[in-house]
Order: sequence, then structure tokens, then C-alpha cells
Amino acid sequence: MTLLRDAVGPYFGDYGGRFVPESLIAALDELDAAYRVAREDPEFQAELDELHRTYTGRPSIITEAPRFAQHAGGARILLKREDLNHTGSHKINNVLGQALLAKRLGKTRLIAETGAGQHGVATATAAALFGMECVVYMGEVDTERQALNVARMRLLGATVIPVKTGSRTLKDAINEALRDWVANVSTTHYLLGTVAGPHPFPVMVRDFHKIIGEEAREQVLALTGRLPHAIAACVGGGSNAMGIFHAFLDDPDVKLYGFEAAGDGADTPHHAATITKGRPGVLHGAKSYMLQDEDGQTMESHSISAGLDYPGVGPEHAWLADIGRASYLPVTDAEAMEAFRLLTQTEGIIPAIESSHALAGALALGRELGPEGIVLVNLSGRGDKDVTTAARWFKVLDENAEQM
Amino acid sequence: MTSEAPRITSPVGTLLSERRAAGRGALVGYLPAGFPDLATSVESAVAIAENGVDVIELGVPYSDPVMDGAVIQAATQTALANGFRLAHVFDAVAQITSRVDVPVLLMTYFNPVMQYGVDRFARDLAAAGGAGLITPDLVPDEAGPWLAASDETGLDRVFLAAPSSSHERLVQSVTMSRGFVYAVSTMGITGARSDVDVAARSLVSRLRDAGAEHACVGVGISTADQVREVLEYADGAIVGSMLVKALADGGVPGVGRAAAELARGLS
Repeated sequence: MTLLRDAVGPYFGDYGGRFVPESLIAALDELDAAYRVAREDPEFQAELDELHRTYTGRPSIITEAPRFAQHAGGARILLKREDLNHTGSHKINNVLGQALLAKRLGKTRLIAETGAGQHGVATATAAALFGMECVVYMGEVDTERQALNVARMRLLGATVIPVKTGSRTLKDAINEALRDWVANVSTTHYLLGTVAGPHPFPVMVRDFHKIIGEEAREQVLALTGRLPHAIAACVGGGSNAMGIFHAFLDDPDVKLYGFEAAGDGADTPHHAATITKGRPGVLHGAKSYMLQDEDGQTMESHSISAGLDYPGVGPEHAWLADIGRASYLPVTDAEAMEAFRLLTQTEGIIPAIESSHALAGALALGRELGPEGIVLVNLSGRGDKDVTTAARWFKVLDENAEQM
Repeated sequence: MTSEAPRITSPVGTLLSERRAAGRGALVGYLPAGFPDLATSVESAVAIAENGVDVIELGVPYSDPVMDGAVIQAATQTALANGFRLAHVFDAVAQITSRVDVPVLLMTYFNPVMQYGVDRFARDLAAAGGAGLITPDLVPDEAGPWLAASDETGLDRVFLAAPSSSHERLVQSVTMSRGFVYAVSTMGITGARSDVDVAARSLVSRLRDAGAEHACVGVGISTADQVREVLEYADGAIVGSMLVKALADGGVPGVGRAAAELARGLS
């Protein structure tokens, strides 16, 4: 029997592939070959495991959230604490893996795109750790709403380039990183931060994150003696969701839920609910669902969360949606912010606004499941970077407070 | 992967053969449809054809043009902001080909074609008198539906070849292309460069070894001297950003003069 877990691309059902300029094919082939060797190489795995143990802080713990769960129909809510990783989110898992691979390939320069800045910070961190040059492309709009992360990247020695083209957000940062890569591929590794892009990125990034679900599966079994009824994760490009889903793909009794950013509402023009409202197309090197107009022009997405503000989604999610293995549901800005407030005030954990979408989804899932239910939530990042946004949303900034 | 392209007479290939027989190469000029508006883009294409451009490469504005540099990005964004719709491109091709006797290839990213429907796109382009497609983000490996549709309609299909391409991939580009193979002169995106890399000469030579009948060089070419130099070894020289800039700065007369200047490199 074929296991869903065994899918390795380049295609996931009808999705994935390599829709890129010919100039990049050799680099993708080189990366694919190096990755295939590395994933079977005990020495590579040992090096990565050691980094995770001594640097990332793995395994990340799970935390039960009983006071939060009172608002979720009494179901048990378990949080996988990727927010406690070094640099504050799950992004470091993939970054360290790819940076090790880049080192093997003899590349001396890392480039990355970033939305919320978490992936950029993680990449800048790895570059500092390995002594590599680092350039991060970030939409100009995002540099403004995530100014603190821009400063963090610069402190880490990275060059942050605000991207002023197109919608000036994550999708344009990816375009700019691809252009840089085409021109500098001999020295440069493009450290793509999500499970999108041309093969082998979707499978490789997923593999570097699947440790989230592998750990969580053991931890939930140890704590509760059974597998969870449902898993909740937020989905922008979809890396943290694929990371926690993967270990459970072949457990049919575990329902998988990806929560997309619905901005003002999935039925308004202002959202980033790609699977809910989009249709298949090609964006950033892969075929998948995307938000686009009738002519195939990419539409601008909207979300209070910079990390989910992306009009595409990884091809493996598109496939899981089509075959019905995972469900993708919209969560509005307001719903996410309410969940943000709730977790902060009931558990003393300030979540990233991205992860708050998963928390909002978990509240609804818990109410459906009732007191017998167990919901595992990927708390993919911490909310320190979002304090300004949240303070404005909840109007708790003092009138004359100095801007962060 | 489908097999080798059936023997279909290519308008662009025929033109390149004739030019070579006459001891000269071809000048391929790129302009985006709809920049700064549809009517002016048609006038501009006609103007460059009347001033020495042999093949028109008409760009289809797209929201995420990863292969393009700043000049072309700015122009195609302007076209979209000014209301360019995909269906306009067929009008533009029909108008251009009714006024000047030059083949018109569309340069398009693949998603607009996929959304329009590959077969429908091919039929409508053929009906408008278009010669084929140059597909910067579609490699032959992913091109199944387009290979079939182009065989059905007899349209040219121009795939890219890069300095980094392996011999096997060059053979694939050569085998799957019809009209010519687009040799990307340098590892980079579109935009004028002071010297066109020696990589271009080497790439064209490798393409000949891979069996290429026609190879045109693009990316970075902006002067008559560069056109002349490229035509020493290639069948055509492709100029884009320099013409787009001339149109942005000097309107239709400006782009006509720029084409005439480039065409000095043909003799």
C-alpha cells in the first residue's frame, strides 16, 4: 500500500513541478541530488540532530492549555511549542537543514525571502553561525510592519533589501530572490522558507520540518495514551502545517486542518485564503492553488499576519485538499486576534499572529469535538514581533508611547 | 515527454534561414503589449519593424515576471495598471501583422496561457496571425499540453537554453524548440549590460553541437556593436530593455530611432 507520507515530488497529484527559467534548472538538479544524498547520509542527519539539540532547543515541548481549553468546549488543547525554538518560530528547522546543505555544496552566500521576518531572521542567524554572507529580500510593506525583525536581521549581519515592485509583499520578495539566484547561482543558495517553489523545495522543506509532527506524535501518545482527534495549523505557504501534518498523514482517524488567513473575510476582496478561494495555476515555480484573476494575474492577498499574507500555497497542501486528506478553512483577522488575546490572557503565552489563526481554528474544533476531544495545535511562532500590531489592534498603546 | 517536433514549416525558422543565406543575421526586437497603452504598443511594434527589426517579440504583461529586470518590470506593470487584459494581446498581434510583414512571437510567462486554456490560447494566437510563443518559465519537461497545442496549430515554440544547461538539456531544448532556440547570454535577468558575456558565444557553439539549426541570443544586448558581434556566431540578436527604455523616454519616434540604430549592426 502506498503511504501518503512517502510522497517525495516532484509532483503531488497534479501539483508541483518546476516552472522556472532554464537558467535555474541546473541549480535545482544540483540541489536535488545533494539533498537526496544528504537525507540518506547518517553523518548529515547526525550533524543536523546535534544542531537541533544544542542550538535550536529541540525537542520542543508540548504544553496543555486547560484555561484556554475552557473556551474550546472543554476539549483538551495541546500546544506544540515551536515558539520556544531559537529565533522564535519553526522556521529554524528548515533553515539549519538547508544551510548545512549549502555548505556541502560549497556555496558561500545565502539569500532568502521573508514576509513576517521570521524566516529572514532564522536565515540571518544560520549565516552568522556558519560564517556565510546573507541577503534577505523583504517587501517594503512588510519592512514597515515588521520593523523590529528588520533590525534583528541587520544586527545579525544580514543585508535586508526592501522590495518595491508589485504589491511590495512576500510574493514580490520571492520574485526578487529568484532574480538574484538566476544571476548568482554559482556562489549562492536560495534558502526558500516554505513548502512552495520548484522541486525539490516543497519536499525538502517539508522533510526538514517533519520533526515537528514526529516529536508531537510521541509526546501526545505519552501524555494521553492516544493520537489526537484533530491537528490545527496555520497555512500561508504551509511549512509549519506540513511539518506537523506529515507524521499523521497515514493515521486516518487524525483529522488535519489548515487554517488560512481570511483577512476581512473570505468573501471580501481582502483575504489570503488561497485554497478556500483560489484555483490551480503556476506561481513561483510550482503548480498549486493561487489567488488570481481571470487572466492569471496574481492577486494581492491581505492579512493582518505578514507571514500568511501570500497568494499561493505549497503543492502538497493543494494535493491533500483535493484528495480530502486535509481540510482548509478560513480564519479572519478578528477571529485570529481574539484567539491571540485569549491564549495570552489564559495561559501567559503570547503567540505569533500567524499561529493565532491555528488557535482560532482549534477553538472551533474543540467546540465540535466536546470534552472528549483532543486537539493538537502547532504553535508555530511567538508573538514578540507582533506586539506593536497587537497593541494597536487592542488599543493598549499609550497615546505618547515611543514607536518601537 | 512527447517525441521530436513533427516537420512543420516555421515562419520564423524560414526567415532566419533566408537571412543566413543572404549572409546576414536577424534582429529580434522585444516590446510589451499594452505599454504604455495598447494602441501605442501596436504603433511601436510597427515602428521597429519599419526600422529594421526582423522578428517582433511581443511581451505579455504578467504580475510576477521573474526573468525580467527593472526596465521591463516597470513597463509591464504600467501596462497592467493601464488596463491591459490578456485578450488584448490577440488584437495587438492581428493589428501588427496586418500592417507589417514580420513574424510576431509572444513572450509569455506560462500562467496566463494556462488560465486562458492552452489549446484555446494557441488557436486564438494562430487565428490572429501570431507565429508562436517564447516561454521563459516553461521548460520542455513541463510543456506537454503546449507541445501538443503548438503541433496542432503549427505555431513556433521557443524554449530557452542557459550557460548552465547540461548537454542533455541543450539537446532537449533544441529538439523541442521550433523557430529557434533562445540562448540566454548570461546568467541573469533581462537588462542592458556593457559586455555580452563570452558565455553567449560558447553557449551558441554548444547549441550547434547539440544540433541547433537556429539560435538567437538574448539578455543584455543594447547596442549595434553588440548586435554585430552576436551575429558573427548566432542567427539572431534579441534586444528588449533598450527598446523599452527608448519607448518610455522617446515615444514611438524614439523607439523607431532606437531600432534603426540597432539595425546598423546588421550590416
